[in-house]
Amino acid sequence: MSRNLQLVIVGVGGQGILTVSDILGTAAIEEGLKAVMSEVHGMAQRGGVVTTEMKIGDFESPLVAKGEADVILGFEPVETYRTLEKASPRTGIVTNTDPLVPPGVSLGQGAYPKVEKLIENMRNGGLKVIAVPALEIARSAGSTVAGNIVMLGAMVALENFVLAREAVEAALRKRIAPRWLDLNLKAFQMGYEAGKKQ
Amino acid sequence: MKPRDILEGKAGDKYFVLGNEALVRGALEGGLNFAATYPGTPSSEIGDVLSEIAGPAGVSFEFSINEKVAMEVAASAAACSLRSMVFMKHVGLNVASDPFMTAVYTGTRGGFLVIVADDPSMHSSQNEQDTRYFSEISRAPMLEPSDPVEAYEMMKKGFELSEALELPFLVRTTTRVAHIRSVVTFGEITGGRRQGDFEKNPSRWVPVPAFARTMHRELQQKLVKAREMSEQSPYNFVEQVGDKSPYGIITSGCAYNYVMDAARAMKMDVRVLKLGMTAPLPEKKISDFLRSCEDVLIVEELDPYLENAVRVLSQREGITARIRGKRDGLFSVMYEYSPDILKKALCEWRGVPYTVECVEVEALTLPPRPPVLCPGCSHRATYHAVKVALRKAKIKDAIFPTDIGCYTLGIMAPQSMADYLLCMGSSVGTACGISRATGKKVVSFIGDSTFFHSGVTGLISAYHNAHSFLLVILDNRTTAMTGHQPHPGIACEVNGMKAPAVDIEKLVKAIGVEFVKVVDPYDLNATVETFQEALGHEGLSVIVSRRECALVADRERRKKGEWKTFEVNQETCSHCLVCVTQFACPAFSSEERNVFINRALCDGCGVCAQVCPTKSIEVRSNE
Ligand code: SF4
Ligand code: SF4
Repeated sequence: MSRNLQLVIVGVGGQGILTVSDILGTAAIEEGLKAVMSEVHGMAQRGGVVTTEMKIGDFESPLVAKGEADVILGFEPVETYRTLEKASPRTGIVTNTDPLVPPGVSLGQGAYPKVEKLIENMRNGGLKVIAVPALEIARSAGSTVAGNIVMLGAMVALENFVLAREAVEAALRKRIAPRWLDLNLKAFQMGYEAGKKQ
Repeated sequence: MKPRDILEGKAGDKYFVLGNEALVRGALEGGLNFAATYPGTPSSEIGDVLSEIAGPAGVSFEFSINEKVAMEVAASAAACSLRSMVFMKHVGLNVASDPFMTAVYTGTRGGFLVIVADDPSMHSSQNEQDTRYFSEISRAPMLEPSDPVEAYEMMKKGFELSEALELPFLVRTTTRVAHIRSVVTFGEITGGRRQGDFEKNPSRWVPVPAFARTMHRELQQKLVKAREMSEQSPYNFVEQVGDKSPYGIITSGCAYNYVMDAARAMKMDVRVLKLGMTAPLPEKKISDFLRSCEDVLIVEELDPYLENAVRVLSQREGITARIRGKRDGLFSVMYEYSPDILKKALCEWRGVPYTVECVEVEALTLPPRPPVLCPGCSHRATYHAVKVALRKAKIKDAIFPTDIGCYTLGIMAPQSMADYLLCMGSSVGTACGISRATGKKVVSFIGDSTFFHSGVTGLISAYHNAHSFLLVILDNRTTAMTGHQPHPGIACEVNGMKAPAVDIEKLVKAIGVEFVKVVDPYDLNATVETFQEALGHEGLSVIVSRRECALVADRERRKKGEWKTFEVNQETCSHCLVCVTQFACPAFSSEERNVFINRALCDGCGVCAQVCPTKSIEVRSNE
């Protein structure tokens, strides 16, 4: 198995993307792999689209070229769709199904498509899509704020994922504050199972 | 990473650090004693880390009022033999360029590093200048890291280099260096608290014309040594990709990363000259490289800085290698590079077809998602109040100069209250020009941090020159957009000492402005009334609209568990959509003509409840 990964994580400011990327980087170090990642800071974070790109393995730049993502981890369905130019037919898509409608839509700036339609389109395009109701799973794990960790779990469940589940769990233990750890481990576990099932 | 980890991280261990964090760790290991800044994306996290660890690290650190002052503070500390750094974003160096230019003349005793972060593609900036030209204008040598590892190493070594030449060094990063994370192995920290000493010597430190003439000559002599340093520098190196071939690439900064990834993926045979010390350029090394190639591509973001120099050099040296780059249209002088741009250019250069394997999915028009003011942001309330006051005063053609901060997002509909902007602090000076030129009512917006940065000088000038407009100081008690750094209006602790706050109203009154009022924008009616009064006032008026940044307040409230949210009473709601179309808090959503508040987004500010004409927005009863 090649130990390279080109990953795009996309979502909306405030969804906990940076935490997830931090955990992935820590897990890569755990596994003795090289990792590079890009982050978004400043103005764009104020409710705008937040994209983190990450490469694990022998790469210098974290930015992923068109059609070269191995995995797209989408925290919001429309944002997942917006990122598809980075996908090829081999790309694994792991997407949250909970929509966050941009405020502009109420002001008549565009319409929000049906989530089922987005997923169906992706599948029709030949993509393997793991669709995760992260909010619901996080709620049953104990708190809606753990949606990001549910998504992380679902991604790690992908076949041949570059990082071992144990390494990611070890990173969670390192990076999450003790009082939130149990909740997050549970969310991770439930996300993992939800991912495996599909 | 937590800021503490940058200080406490163990030598020999590996950490996944941000470029800006790597700069700090490198500086600490290189013996940093002293630092100053004014925050600016993409350099802000340097200060965020330092403000947490400077105390225990024994480093003097301050957020100065603006970049010019930060430059003066740090340059003079370096003159007292302390290893010092100052850091800012590219446009910050415009503000600081006056002292910077002359600090290169006087030179330094302690190592002095000036970190400047460029923002190609303008992720968080008003322009995309190329700071590398500042090294040409000022003659300061320059280091240009391409990733966190190099950022760390160059800072660690940089103080020594600067001390050896007695010259300040520019350390130029870009967004994709500052905001990239990679694995860095830490070393030992040196330096820390040290007393500087000042050796009086006017011929060295006071550039009156007679001394400045000598200084310029000495600077030119130092540059001869600097060029030699660049020739020997391990940061300027050649790397072979694949087998030997007559093709070469010259590159620097994060463009190098794209070059390497693309060249390897395309299995090219090419030699790469990577330049990390990019001023003065290692002319001999470059000439040798050019002579060893037939065809050379120059890959650099923004301006053709290297390309111009390489073309001049090759003409001077009679080198015949073909040189390609921006000057012949292979690359753009705009925006940051990407792996796609590189792949395409390399294909064109080598004459191979460029292919992308994409998926075919139905193209949908997706709703745009631009950044917006946060739910509960007091700026939204202020903008709304100004709008209502103008409507009541029947003023339809007011003009709104604005400034740099979160409130620049007032440009978005439905606020649409940003008409003119140049740079930090410009809202005041431009209000003078526009009001006098047009005779129209001008309402100008500036944030608290920006007011201190450079708005206050404009206001003194406006008062003195008898200008007539309304200046709204949006005082949210922090420098919000760059990540909530303090400013002179906030009492805090600096270097273990109590740092007192400057009172904005007193300051404005002391200038002589007669109409100065403070409002709480969360109290909408009172705020509208005060604005109406100000609009009726002839001459200069100032309103300080004061309410803590919602993100900061939310954090506090969450800690204390004092959380409340609002909801729309569906029975009394008249579906007028005033809240959605005129106020537009992002916590609202509407379906058909029914309005809902997303509980997860609502911060409980309660301003929408005051906007609603039917009083249908209510505190959500607790469950
Ligand atoms: S960070 Fe603060 S000032 Fe900036 S938009 Fe959000 S609430 Fe407003
Ligand atoms: S109370 Fe109203 S305006 Fe304030 S955050 Fe909630 S929905 Fe937005």
